[in-house]
Amino acid sequence: MTTPLPPDSVGLVTPRTAVLQEPLTLACGRNLDSFELVYETYGTLNAEGSNAVLICHALSGDHHAAGYHSESDRKPGWWNHYIGPGKAIDTNRFYVVCLNNLGGCSGSTGPRSIEPETGKPWGARFPTLRVRDWVHSQARLADYLGIRQWAAVVGGSLGGMQAMRWALEYPNRVRHCVVIASAMKLSAQNIAFNETARQAIMSDPNYHNGDYLAHDTYPKSGLAVARMIGHITYLSDHVMGEKFGRELRSGSFEQGLDDLVEFQVESYLRYQGDTFSDKFDANTYILMTRALDYFDLAREYNDDPAGAFRRAQCKFYVASFNTDWRFPMERSREIVDALIAADKSVSYTEIDSPYGHDAFLLPNEHYEQTFRQYMARIATE
Amino acid sequence: MRIDFNHLQQWIGEGSRVLDLGCGDGTLLKYLTDSKQVKGYGLEIDPEQIEACIGRGVNVINQNLDRGLGNFADKSFDTVLMTQALQTMYFPHKVLDEMLRVGKECIITFPNFGHYKARFHLAFRGRMPVSDLLPYEWYNTPNIHFCTFKDFEVLCHEKHINVLNRQVVNERTSQTLGSFNPNLFGETAIYHLSK
Repeated sequence: MTTPLPPDSVGLVTPRTAVLQEPLTLACGRNLDSFELVYETYGTLNAEGSNAVLICHALSGDHHAAGYHSESDRKPGWWNHYIGPGKAIDTNRFYVVCLNNLGGCSGSTGPRSIEPETGKPWGARFPTLRVRDWVHSQARLADYLGIRQWAAVVGGSLGGMQAMRWALEYPNRVRHCVVIASAMKLSAQNIAFNETARQAIMSDPNYHNGDYLAHDTYPKSGLAVARMIGHITYLSDHVMGEKFGRELRSGSFEQGLDDLVEFQVESYLRYQGDTFSDKFDANTYILMTRALDYFDLAREYNDDPAGAFRRAQCKFYVASFNTDWRFPMERSREIVDALIAADKSVSYTEIDSPYGHDAFLLPNEHYEQTFRQYMARIATE
Repeated sequence: MRIDFNHLQQWIGEGSRVLDLGCGDGTLLKYLTDSKQVKGYGLEIDPEQIEACIGRGVNVINQNLDRGLGNFADKSFDTVLMTQALQTMYFPHKVLDEMLRVGKECIITFPNFGHYKARFHLAFRGRMPVSDLLPYEWYNTPNIHFCTFKDFEVLCHEKHINVLNRQVVNERTSQTLGSFNPNLFGETAIYHLSK
């Protein structure tokens, strides 16, 4: 028997696919003749088409941001805490669009799709993507849905990078830019973690230089390790301590026992790695982490972030979390300082949360309140 | 509307760029935006006040003033404001320096610790002043650096700060007495400064 879906959720949702036939020239110089994007929408587009909100997903996200795919679904979409009727992104007011980015592995055109010229899966030959490619492909989706201008483009982490790039690439098509737990560029430490994760995948004997599908295999253990590395950086030391401490799952430290000891945290991380590697694509993981690494908001603006933001026409809301060491508060402050120097409208809040980078996905009263207040202002403009 | 807000707005130009330090719930910035079309930001650290600012549509930045204003460029604001917060700073003199660096002009309001009621408390009761103006006990007060109007004038003099305007406003004490002897009968000072 299934329990009824919570009344503050968007309920049952069905993904749709947009087939976009216009060729897209990518930052790397290559062309995609056509591509498909899988997306979900929640709420209703108003007659003026002025209430659309784009949600940009982070590294391992997809189009399923809120609601449930079936009555028996155990878990709702990845941002269900913040998208729904009466929630911060209120689907009674907004028409919310979330898509699986190009290069993804949840249905949009990506390394698992068939390359038209060869009739085989793209695999590692799929073009390298930049954040701007996602933004341009999202603009095509907006055209397809009849959305001329977003009320807001919203994203956390890698999603925040897309939101900022939107503000610079399409200044007339964004009224508000919401940037949560993000950065204008990654630090060397961040790139180091991503490269370690990529190497874990590539050194798996089943990787076959990215052609694992042709070999009818899959670098499952490499991808699992990559996810474990990532997962450690999304949590805070404090939360790991609280959740697992040094608790043992099996074995004992008693003298004279040679059996292996297993800590709870080991088992937890392995479980996270295992479940992730069952549903995610290794080439997509490599592609998305590279897009993260390459992103540098101000590079083409003489490395002057304020100069870059002067192009923007929208208002900004920026939030960060005090225990987030993957995208620390300093990175958000840099965004805010550049926006102030560019004389842009911006509000910024630092949220007290023990949960590290993951905090942007989790319930938190102050985060929820400020986010809700900001979105409510947008709705009444 | 707080009484000091009412007075200080006369020194703020139409459409000017304003930074409000310790902006609270954003009432003043909202008022100045509506009445003078100012642009700018408030700095605040209290989560509930930040929520209130955002709810009002006031640009608020989560920033601790004791960390300085190093992220703001020299003379990048027409006016830097600080109302009733100077006495809560760890280093009020450094905050004042920063305000005058970032702003072409500053407006600062603070309570007078030389007010006769405060003096009476200390002189005759031998206790730190607690009143309707200063409702905290010494151990739990956020007000850690009190000064009198005279003290503040001395600091301005030492720092070669120009006092463009000064005004004393009273809500509970007679305005006449406050004008007659501000340091004894004035409750709140409003200073308009430049450097």
